Amino acid sequence: MAFGDTETLEDFRKETRAWLEENCPPAMRTPMTDNEIVWGGKRESFTNPDSKVWLERMGENGWTAPEWPAAYGGGGLSKAENKVLQEELRRIKARPALFSFGLWMFGPALLEFGNEEQKKRFLPDIVKGKTRWCQGYSEPGAGSDLAGLQTKCEDKGDHYLINGQKVWTSYADQADWIFCLVRTSTEKKHEGISFILFDMESEGVEARPIKLISGSSPFCETFFNDVKVPKDQLVGEVNGGWKIAKRLLQFERSSISAGGFGGTGGSGILGPDEYAKIHVGTDSDGRVADGDLRARIADNDMLRRAFFLTVQRSQEQAKAGMEVGHTASILKYAVAKMNQERHELMVEALGTEAFGWEGEGFDEGAMKATRAMLRAKGNSIEGGTSEINLNVIAKRVLGLREHQ
Amino acid sequence: MTFVLTEDQEMLRETAMAFARDELPVTRLRALRDDGKLGVDGEARGKLAELGFFGVIIPDEPGGEHFGLVGLGQILEAQGRSIASTPLLQTALIAASAIQLGGTEAQKAEWLPKIASGEATFSLALDEGSHHAPANVSTEAEKNGQGYKITGAKRYVPDAHHADVFIVVARTFGDAGQTHGLTLFLVPSNAERVSIQALNTVDSHGAAHVTFDGVDVSEDAVIGGVDQGWDVLEPVLDRARIGIAAEMLGASQAMFDMTLEYLNTRKQFGQLIGSFQSLQHRAAKMFTDIELTRSCVAAALAAVDEGGNNVGELASLAKARASDLVHLVSNETVQMHGGIGMTDDHDSGLFLKRARAQEALYGGASFHRDCYAKLNAY
Repeated sequence: MAFGDTETLEDFRKETRAWLEENCPPAMRTPMTDNEIVWGGKRESFTNPDSKVWLERMGENGWTAPEWPAAYGGGGLSKAENKVLQEELRRIKARPALFSFGLWMFGPALLEFGNEEQKKRFLPDIVKGKTRWCQGYSEPGAGSDLAGLQTKCEDKGDHYLINGQKVWTSYADQADWIFCLVRTSTEKKHEGISFILFDMESEGVEARPIKLISGSSPFCETFFNDVKVPKDQLVGEVNGGWKIAKRLLQFERSSISAGGFGGTGGSGILGPDEYAKIHVGTDSDGRVADGDLRARIADNDMLRRAFFLTVQRSQEQAKAGMEVGHTASILKYAVAKMNQERHELMVEALGTEAFGWEGEGFDEGAMKATRAMLRAKGNSIEGGTSEINLNVIAKRVLGLREHQ
Repeated sequence: MTFVLTEDQEMLRETAMAFARDELPVTRLRALRDDGKLGVDGEARGKLAELGFFGVIIPDEPGGEHFGLVGLGQILEAQGRSIASTPLLQTALIAASAIQLGGTEAQKAEWLPKIASGEATFSLALDEGSHHAPANVSTEAEKNGQGYKITGAKRYVPDAHHADVFIVVARTFGDAGQTHGLTLFLVPSNAERVSIQALNTVDSHGAAHVTFDGVDVSEDAVIGGVDQGWDVLEPVLDRARIGIAAEMLGASQAMFDMTLEYLNTRKQFGQLIGSFQSLQHRAAKMFTDIELTRSCVAAALAAVDEGGNNVGELASLAKARASDLVHLVSNETVQMHGGIGMTDDHDSGLFLKRARAQEALYGGASFHRDCYAKLNAY
């Protein structure tokens, strides 16, 4: 389908609207609670049965990945058509059909660097939410210095053999497949890294959840012990994985920023201004009585507004064909600061009401806010620490030199 | 689209940037200062008029083109890059807005062409104390036959030492602090019983204390409704805040560019100082703040042209963030330049001095944080 001019775009809008009217279940037009988020994959339980129907229908159209080519299961839409689709989805307040590292990070990278066979094999199942992917990047000895990774990948003739350990692997215990950085050569640091894919059910793979200070455990330690991987599952060139890794990090930073870490808290949590009104109290004009706290809340709200306006600016500029690759690190740095400050303000405004952990005696939302504040400490560490992002801005965007 | 300029606006931006670079460099402000001109630059005013910059928000003006506030924002950002002293903010933005929003047909017919051609310049005589407090007006306009008699004192009024016409905010009803009861008047600067004390200011732009000692004006001088001046003043001030935020953005970007160049030139310990991580991270943070503020200014400018109902909120957002930005960048510019940044020969001092005046004009960051909280009902 080619929707070139305005008239056909309007046709597309009409068709889309009619299709959504018929196919989006009413329950999928209501606000989503955290436990109803659909991540797909073999272990998906679909807490809300309508979300299964919604994912199947959207996946069939390729509309979970609207701009990916139809040949790989995507929607094959132009940017303009996708804009219309997103507007129509927002119009009926439709829930996202699928949350997925495959859609946000791995898929875009595979579209750029994968061969035809790999794209045909892996992308359609991402679109349909049949395969859930996790990211094997960080290792105990390779965090900010990611390229120092040591997980060994040996060429055994008809297959690769992988030994080593990853850490901070998000949802490794629930994922079907992993995209993984491995060392195929020790001669050079960056040019000895390859990008490889394998099934998490392969023999020798073990994932153990890590409990965080917030009490939750979204991350795992993942161990590889003599894992055999078919040779056609290496993406790009042997020892050529670093450029894929970096590109994928850009997608990761952008997707973190686009979401604004919105999901860290969960439902039932109020904003800092609301907590301040309730627990600090109001003056005769109905305003937060503590002027200093009020000003700091306003400052954080303004940072938040500035951040989302910048996300919007970067999206509009990208659509207009302008170069915006450099904004990923800027937004990643800003979103971590903004989110951490915001949660600290909630806890400060709650006072001792923020000090519950579980059980009776405390408001459930307040306990979630406290845990969210703790969880948010990771925002400036995961997906590239704030310091690494500042390095990237200084060197790649501003052109400042390396120390000699 | 809110954040992508039209082709016409893009051309205007390029023209303005080139003009500011070639014709209004910082050396010009320095020369005005050294010659004791208090920021008055008749030649620059003439050139700005030739370019049509005074009329960019005035529609259907012969010789003037309509680029909207987004267009004027590009020009103000450009002149902010060299902290140029021009009548554009007071005249092309404030007066043109006040007359379009509140003026009678006769006032529009008389003044808009004169603004667009650069023939008449204006100055908003509003604040009476040391901090921006737009409702805190004690200057009185007493009904006197068919006209009014204005009595009161305005302090540190921008451009008042060279403007042709004042827009005076006076009280026709109620007490200082109330928004109801304010009225706006057009008063020629050479009217009888107006005294103007020109001021030599830290930013070299000059300003004046203005005293109205029973100044007679006719009914025709009223802009907007009697006692209803706030309805015009408030949107005009929001536009002015957005305009000055655009200037501050330009100034911040210029200081940052200058600092970045120094980081890439200056060597200590056999290294470019820009290779030191402590300085790299501070530069990266400043750049992040510049990018975030640029989005706020652009959104605020566009909201005015689109007639959005959130202009007040975006104006406070833009002014607060731009004030914080220019404060940070001006301090870091001096610090990262080291000793040379402390010398009068270097431009960083001129930017720093201008920054403090820009921050305070029409409300500093704390004023606008409070506005923002109020608009969001906390």
